Amino acid sequence: MSTIGAAVAAGVDVGSTHTKAAVLVDGELAGTAIRRTGFRLEEAAREALEEACRAAGAATSDVDYLTTTGYGRNRIADRDLQVTDLTAQAWGARRFFPATRTVLDVGGQTMKALRLDDVGRVLSFRLNDKCAAGTGAFLEKTARYLGHPVEEIGAVAESAGEAVPISGVCAVFAESEVINHVSQGRGAPEILRGAMESLVEKSVRLLKRVGLEPEFTLVGGIMRFPTMVEVMRRDLAEDVNVPEGELVQFTGAIGAAVLSAHRLERAGAPSGARTTS
Amino acid sequence: MTYAAGVDVGSTQTKAVVVDTHAEIVGRSLIPTGADVVAAAQEAYDLALAEARVNADSVGCVIGTGYGRYKVEFGDTQVTEIVCHARGAAKMFPGTRTVLDMGGQDTKAIRVRPGGEVVDFCMNDKCAAGTGRFLQSAAAALELRLDQLGPTALRGQRPVEITTTCTVFAESEVLSWLSRGRKVEDILAGVHHSIASRSFGLLKRVGVEDEITFTGGVTRNAAMVAVLEEILGAHLNVSEDSHYMGALGAALFALERAAAGTNAGAEGAAAGKEAS
Repeated sequence: MSTIGAAVAAGVDVGSTHTKAAVLVDGELAGTAIRRTGFRLEEAAREALEEACRAAGAATSDVDYLTTTGYGRNRIADRDLQVTDLTAQAWGARRFFPATRTVLDVGGQTMKALRLDDVGRVLSFRLNDKCAAGTGAFLEKTARYLGHPVEEIGAVAESAGEAVPISGVCAVFAESEVINHVSQGRGAPEILRGAMESLVEKSVRLLKRVGLEPEFTLVGGIMRFPTMVEVMRRDLAEDVNVPEGELVQFTGAIGAAVLSAHRLERAGAPSGARTTS
Repeated sequence: MTYAAGVDVGSTQTKAVVVDTHAEIVGRSLIPTGADVVAAAQEAYDLALAEARVNADSVGCVIGTGYGRYKVEFGDTQVTEIVCHARGAAKMFPGTRTVLDMGGQDTKAIRVRPGGEVVDFCMNDKCAAGTGRFLQSAAAALELRLDQLGPTALRGQRPVEITTTCTVFAESEVLSWLSRGRKVEDILAGVHHSIASRSFGLLKRVGVEDEITFTGGVTRNAAMVAVLEEILGAHLNVSEDSHYMGALGAALFALERAAAGTNAGAEGAAAGKEAS
């Protein structure tokens, strides 16, 4: 039984670029944390979980149930359960928007489209993890060619008046394209917006392959950029759901934490001891 | 004496070649293309002229090739690099029937007739995997210079298997092999293997026929030559001038045009354009 006398359910999403942790206390979201994954992903996961627990007023030892997800999910020794990103994102998206039927997740190195049934089971999915042109890495590269760090992408793109068309076939070829546009006097904001439009075009194509059933929920770190959401609203559907603010990058971790809470509840031990560790 | 020149403005490097009336190379140059493509073309041309000790007035015709061929503002006309590589390769190795050109951002497999006329070609125009760029990413990740890659890879005994396709993701894969304690030479051997297998895919699509001539900047990498020969099970024609093959081909077209009056040469070049 956790020392704080409540059910502490945790989720850790070890992504290719960032590791996210979320903690629910008695079913309520109480803490989140994020770390760059790097190559010591066990360490990144431990630190993220510690920080999320602290924010929730708990300690790592208070965690009653831990679910891991993301590409590094099987490297976390203390897990009680591991689930695929698809399952975690489905649970996360439905936690925010229960009527979600289609989820788009754009992360640092992957893009995923999922279709869910009315109880949240994954009916079909398509993913791109082979080509950086369809992932956040494309924006990161484009921004870097323009001399902007990742943190500035959102603000720079938002200041764009119009978009410069970026072909987006290859993140490497984009460099020559960007250099060309810059030499023709186009500014960084319009070029970045162009890169985002190209990413949206790829997203919509991937979504079409799983079927376009509303409601749509957009998740993943890239959706922090208001321009991405704005263009998605224009090109996909006016009423797409997007979790608020920074939460958009925690849906995988939150989904994993919701699963943890669900397991605790089902075990009939809302604040019981961990079954395994 | 009349001279002719070819300027090959590649994505990464710009090459220029000056030939004399006998189609012998008398001057060559190689510089990074950089952001100012027009200036790079001019500078490469000037350097090749200087090496040849030839005045620009004695040059009867200049042809631009490569992705920046329209930036060769002093050029008389342009010919695509596919046609130029084929022509250069056939001149240097008359038995050439297949050309593999591996450059900074693209790799091309070209099937040619005797004499260098292009029959068919195939290239990676949508993806940078399997090009010199993949080597650049690996070099950046491992903090090595490009010219250190080949010699290091040749020492690899147990190549790692590179599973990512994308050049952008390959950088993280290289680092993750390093963090798992694999030797730099084994990682690099794996990188070379991965690029060579992609090129083999391109070659199979045009049909490989002996002799095979290897052109472009990556020809200077001994490990790439060795791995390609191993995968192909065939010898590759490579010379010290392989890097200049596109510029040489352009110079040969320029020579034809200069020698035979504009018409005949222009026809040759136009035919070349059509083929690609």
